[in-house]
Amino acid sequence: MGPLRQIGLNARIGFFLATRQLRRASIWTTGLIVFVMVLTFLNLVVVSGILVGLIQGAVDATREKYTSDVMVSALSDKEYIENTGNVLAILDQIPEIEAYTPRYRAGALLEANYKTRRDDEKPNTASAQLIGVDPHDEDAVTGIRDSVIEGSFIEPGDYDQVVLGHYLLKQYIPIESPAFTSLEDVGVGSKIRIKVGDVTKEVVVKGILKTKVDEVSLSAFMPDSQMRSLVGRTDGNVAEIAIAVKDSADPAAVRDRLLLYGVGDVARVQTFEDAQPKFLKDMIATFGMLGTAFSSIGLAVAAITIFIVIFINAVTRRKFIGILKGIGVTGEAIQFSYVFQSIFYAVVGSLIGFLLLYGVLSPVIAAHPIDFPFSDGILVAPLGETVARIGLLVLVTLFAGYVPSRMIVRKNTLSSILGRD
Amino acid sequence: MIETKNLTRTFVTGEVKTPVLKGVDFRAETGEFVAIMGRSGAGKSTLLYQLSLLDEPDGGEVTIDGVDVKNMTMKEKSVFRLNRFGFVFQDYALLPELTAIENVALPLLMQGMRHAEAYDRARKALARVRLDHRLDNLPSQLSGGEQQRVSIARAVSHNPSIIFADEPTANLDNESSQTILEIFNELHAAGQTIIMVTHEEGFAESAERIVRIDDGRVIAGGAKKG
Repeated sequence: MGPLRQIGLNARIGFFLATRQLRRASIWTTGLIVFVMVLTFLNLVVVSGILVGLIQGAVDATREKYTSDVMVSALSDKEYIENTGNVLAILDQIPEIEAYTPRYRAGALLEANYKTRRDDEKPNTASAQLIGVDPHDEDAVTGIRDSVIEGSFIEPGDYDQVVLGHYLLKQYIPIESPAFTSLEDVGVGSKIRIKVGDVTKEVVVKGILKTKVDEVSLSAFMPDSQMRSLVGRTDGNVAEIAIAVKDSADPAAVRDRLLLYGVGDVARVQTFEDAQPKFLKDMIATFGMLGTAFSSIGLAVAAITIFIVIFINAVTRRKFIGILKGIGVTGEAIQFSYVFQSIFYAVVGSLIGFLLLYGVLSPVIAAHPIDFPFSDGILVAPLGETVARIGLLVLVTLFAGYVPSRMIVRKNTLSSILGRD
Repeated sequence: MIETKNLTRTFVTGEVKTPVLKGVDFRAETGEFVAIMGRSGAGKSTLLYQLSLLDEPDGGEVTIDGVDVKNMTMKEKSVFRLNRFGFVFQDYALLPELTAIENVALPLLMQGMRHAEAYDRARKALARVRLDHRLDNLPSQLSGGEQQRVSIARAVSHNPSIIFADEPTANLDNESSQTILEIFNELHAAGQTIIMVTHEEGFAESAERIVRIDDGRVIAGGAKKG
């Protein structure tokens, strides 16, 4: 018999033995092993998926609430985009753009309770970014009204009113740090003072925003017309423009188009990915590595589990393995039977895990993100990566099943039959 | 024909050496039914294991149908056992998760036989031992006597040259032992070579020849008288 035919025959006998062993094994034992494999699979995919999703949640939130798909911002040596009017005219000509929101921006000092403060008391202040927007444009791009948790968002005609990010209020972020100050006893309806450069203006808090994006939660929003008069901008040049593209459009293509039109000469043009802060990119890489490390541990646990299961199975069946060899069944066929059983456990465990992942966990976590302090964590489990991990799991369990069966099969046939050491 | 010359086998446990076979000369002709007898520890089972290639002697020769098995690899011996031998063990040695027909069909499938043909032959072998009504029963659902009959069906299903039986009735009651004896006699009558180890004198008497072993040596009946 040729070697290929012999391998085929060994595989056929191995399959014959494996199916019967599995079919007639205790359903509880099989169920327990499969359950362990399901947990192993979930450990392999979900733990790293949550770790990556934790950061992905922050990335998505930054995109949704702040940068949108494409961000046009002032060059690093400028405070505003020169000839903003021309840039806006270009944006109006690009059909892939759904909406955009020009933003004025300036550093500001907020102060509360300044009328009742005694001279020996510490001022009740907080540093903030003051952002001037057209409320409708901003809402069209970032849906910012949905983030208001108290009061309401500003309207175009509002006069001397602001909406504060919740990080600026001590009632939401009770942090006591010399480097970080927030306003005490301030809520909707409170009067506060805003100081930009040498100009000071008294305004009323109209609403409070809550997001997990620092750039928004550390900002105070006011209508663009009010902001212009406060900072004395009459040229209409803004600090940044957040652009939402249509669902079918590619942000990178829109960025490239803007660069082609020369917007890059007066502003920095970035996709949401380009505009991610470096620490976020570093965290994505770090959490990716952590995910891989946890996955590797998960794989090792799976391998050890299967090794123990098959080893115990083979040791307790050593006599029958001896009998099989005695009547002429090859060692390779017996090894195949254990490898097939290992593959069965891995495949069934992975399939159940797969159904749980995409049928339950993924949609549930997408609908109810995990409330981490700095992001709404989602579960990132790309199908291709999951299938690759299933393949890896099956491969690892294949070896983990093969090694112990080979150890037992190699024992002397007669010693196995007679139960000698 | 199977023959041994000056066969020796010593078991070593630590520094203790126990010679079990001390130069055994044995011969069984094709179609012969030979019973090997001896008291416990005499070496009869050890001789059976050497003859059936389940163990390797330390010295001497084993020749089967003119083939010296000394230089065979383990794989070659495995193939030899599969194609030429049938085994009946004292404790039946059936695989617990296989039904009666699956246990019998297994060696046939291992020989490369197609599924349908293997099951057809297994069915006939089980009918030969009067178990054609228990094809789909697991060993745990069969009595000891029935399990031993399945074991015999497995041993004969592929028409082996020689059937080796190691104390096949030791675990059975009288009635079941008689049934096994009848089956062995039928097989012998059909020309099957059978080499059986037993300690039951009455059972051994139904064999064509009794070989007696004591202290690792054949003391009577080592070869058929011409």
